[in-house]
Amino acid sequence: MGETVGTAEGYVPFYADKTKRPGILGWITSTDHKRIAMLYLVSVIAFFIGAVILGLLMRLNMLIPGHKIMTAQDYNAMFTVHGIIQIFLVVIPAVPTIFGNFFLPLLIGSKDMSFPRLNLFSWYLYIAGAIIAFIAVFSNGGAVDTGWTFYVPFSLKTSVNVPLATFAVFILGMSSILTGINIVTTVHQLRAPGMGFFRMPLSVWGFYATAWVQILATPIIGITMILVIMERLFGIGVFDPGKGGDPLLYQHLFWIYSHPAVYIMILPTMGVISDIFPVFSRKNIFGYKMIAFSSLAIASVGSLVWGHHMFVSGQSDLAGIIFSLLTFLVAVPSAIKVFNWLATMYKGSIQIEPPFLFALSFIFLFTIGGLTGLFLGALSANVQLHDTYFVVAHFHYIIFGGMGFGWFAAFHYWLPKMTGRMYDKKTAVVAWLVSFVGFNLFYFPLFVMGWEGMPRRYYDYPTRFNDLQTLATVGSVVLVIGIFLMIWNLARGSLKGEKAPANPWGGATLEWTLPSPPTSEDFEEIPTVTTGPYDFSHREKTE
Amino acid sequence: MAATSTGVVNGALIYILTFSILILFGIVFTMVYFAVRYRKSRNPVATEIAGNKWLEALWIILPTLLALSMFVYGLTGFNFLRNAPSDSITVKVHARQWSWLFEYGNGKKSPDMVVPLGKNVRCELTSDDVIHGFYVPAFRIQQDTVPGITTQVWFNATAEGSYDVLCSQYCGLKHSNMLAKIFVVSPAKYDDWLKGEPIELAGAVQKADEKPGEVLLRERGCVSCHSTDGGPMVGPTFKGLFGSKVRVITEGKKRAVTADDAYIQKSIVDPAADIVEGYPNIMPPGKDVFSPEEFHEVLEYIEGLR
Repeated sequence: MGETVGTAEGYVPFYADKTKRPGILGWITSTDHKRIAMLYLVSVIAFFIGAVILGLLMRLNMLIPGHKIMTAQDYNAMFTVHGIIQIFLVVIPAVPTIFGNFFLPLLIGSKDMSFPRLNLFSWYLYIAGAIIAFIAVFSNGGAVDTGWTFYVPFSLKTSVNVPLATFAVFILGMSSILTGINIVTTVHQLRAPGMGFFRMPLSVWGFYATAWVQILATPIIGITMILVIMERLFGIGVFDPGKGGDPLLYQHLFWIYSHPAVYIMILPTMGVISDIFPVFSRKNIFGYKMIAFSSLAIASVGSLVWGHHMFVSGQSDLAGIIFSLLTFLVAVPSAIKVFNWLATMYKGSIQIEPPFLFALSFIFLFTIGGLTGLFLGALSANVQLHDTYFVVAHFHYIIFGGMGFGWFAAFHYWLPKMTGRMYDKKTAVVAWLVSFVGFNLFYFPLFVMGWEGMPRRYYDYPTRFNDLQTLATVGSVVLVIGIFLMIWNLARGSLKGEKAPANPWGGATLEWTLPSPPTSEDFEEIPTVTTGPYDFSHREKTE
Repeated sequence: MAATSTGVVNGALIYILTFSILILFGIVFTMVYFAVRYRKSRNPVATEIAGNKWLEALWIILPTLLALSMFVYGLTGFNFLRNAPSDSITVKVHARQWSWLFEYGNGKKSPDMVVPLGKNVRCELTSDDVIHGFYVPAFRIQQDTVPGITTQVWFNATAEGSYDVLCSQYCGLKHSNMLAKIFVVSPAKYDDWLKGEPIELAGAVQKADEKPGEVLLRERGCVSCHSTDGGPMVGPTFKGLFGSKVRVITEGKKRAVTADDAYIQKSIVDPAADIVEGYPNIMPPGKDVFSPEEFHEVLEYIEGLR
């Protein structure tokens, strides 16, 4: 297993495979897990750029109190559409569908996912959901203005096209469930000989734990969205208090999915980070089993904490107390992971390459996100901070700083393997620095404003927040420049960069034994695994 | 401290903040130190360490204990915030898109809240339409108002002055304009105010030449959706309304009606019956918004808006 295939005779990268149909048809009809991953990559990045621009426009709107660049209705629609795109079209699918699809089979020594056609169908559902969401935005009545949470009874009363938007979420949920089923089955059925569960790379544990949450929690949001549609179209009276329905029931059903969804977002990224730390420290991960089990602990206990979104909603005080206790317990496995990652660096031989730089900043941003979650989990502190900018800052530190920067780390780590070309590393470091500085300039002031009582989803604000709002807006511009520089550098590197070697970082997991990029077949021969995923003694870096 | 609850919540905030800063500093310091100390140029060969059971046990147990202490701190404060003393004054708070209305035991209604210094005040919250959030940042209190149920929150203000009431739960177009004030005054002044005697409220809206009907429209929140000068807002303007022909939709059918006093009264009590063309059907029914005398004043004022 020590040898790496470079440019052996007859080597054809998967994207140049002549046995596939030519042109775009070869992509949208192929069941090759790598081609499907590339389809997701292009679509998710496109939506991401769109949602980032919406976010920037909202921030510009907050520059000066009283001076607005858009109407209140447009602002409300914008934070709604920004939220729907980022949550359902970007953050939830991003890591499992792009990197899970491409690398899960490679990481466990398989030639494809268990259900290749179902895999392609998931992408079609994803695109169908996206198209329906866009029709909802531009249909009569205007873009959805409910917030991505669709809280009733507001979503039942507003004149915009809520049924279509919630139907889009339903379809996207179907796509997510099918991806989850595929991942669970693949992990159980298609591991190479010798790859026991505890020889799997930790990224596979991340995908695996996430997939269970996708399968078990997503149906609930699907059913809830259908109930909203029935309520809007037929007035069935489940949620509408005017008909004897219960608005709090909606919130429970919504968060039973949408809190675990946060773990769908962050767990795969944590897995990738667990792969990156050993590679750039040149040593085994510290406490493999603890990290693997903490993923399962987060996935299971995390499914029982949804009520912490509802401490001031009018749910019973006892329910609030139980949810608060469970919330504090679920903080522990996340802390364990952070300590284990740090301990992996101890006595390592550390190389700071772009993927590791993003991984290190992931630790910093995720830690701030996690610690501020403690404030929100504490019942009395939550009363002051609920529905303020503090919450907005908290989940952007977790989702953007954590999941987002971890996602960027994954790009810098794996893109050379996917495209066969290396991006410019110096530009990558500059883009990282600009994004990192911009991120903190943007989101940190939001903590301060939230602490002082600035509610979220406000079109305008009292003048006493002017300085901090301006600072945040400046930060957002810096952040967007950094992100666009990064995307440009990665895109340019993928198309025109230098040829990437098979194993640019000296990784010990199976994908690095394949040429960059792999062939359509992936493994000519299914490997037999004899060591753990982070045993570097038998693996050499190729230049 | 503006209220007793302010100190209680601040205690939990500061407790968690202290540990958060320590933990963040520890993690960043360790990360940077390792990255520098064990960089490849200085430490070319890594030492394999697969784990350490005692160390891992330590960092499971310590964070668990710390997390539990935070839970208990939050719980203690929550118990205080959630249990209003039995001697509290009760004020009913009505939330609607997009204004607040405070109703006192003697029937007095006000768009702002006036409360006596140092007394326990219990707010019974409800909403006429969608979910709103009753949020007083200075007092560290917040509670959603939910249509169909009554929620509650209480406070004891400890310093005279005026404090912002904000809507914290997104409720539509003018969510960020759904503001009110709490005026904390001496108990003697509060009694005067409750009896209807004029008192000076620092920072209150003062308009000397307002007609009684105009005051009522402002106080009951009508003008947050209906202009009195013909300007475009969420609802139709009052200017030139009286006696005009209004195109409405009644049970799905378009028709024209004359805006007389019966029409205006019906539009307040049952606004969904005749929806003015081009406007959304979002106004909550207001059976008890005005007493008959008050309605008369309002009508007189609207008649005068030519």
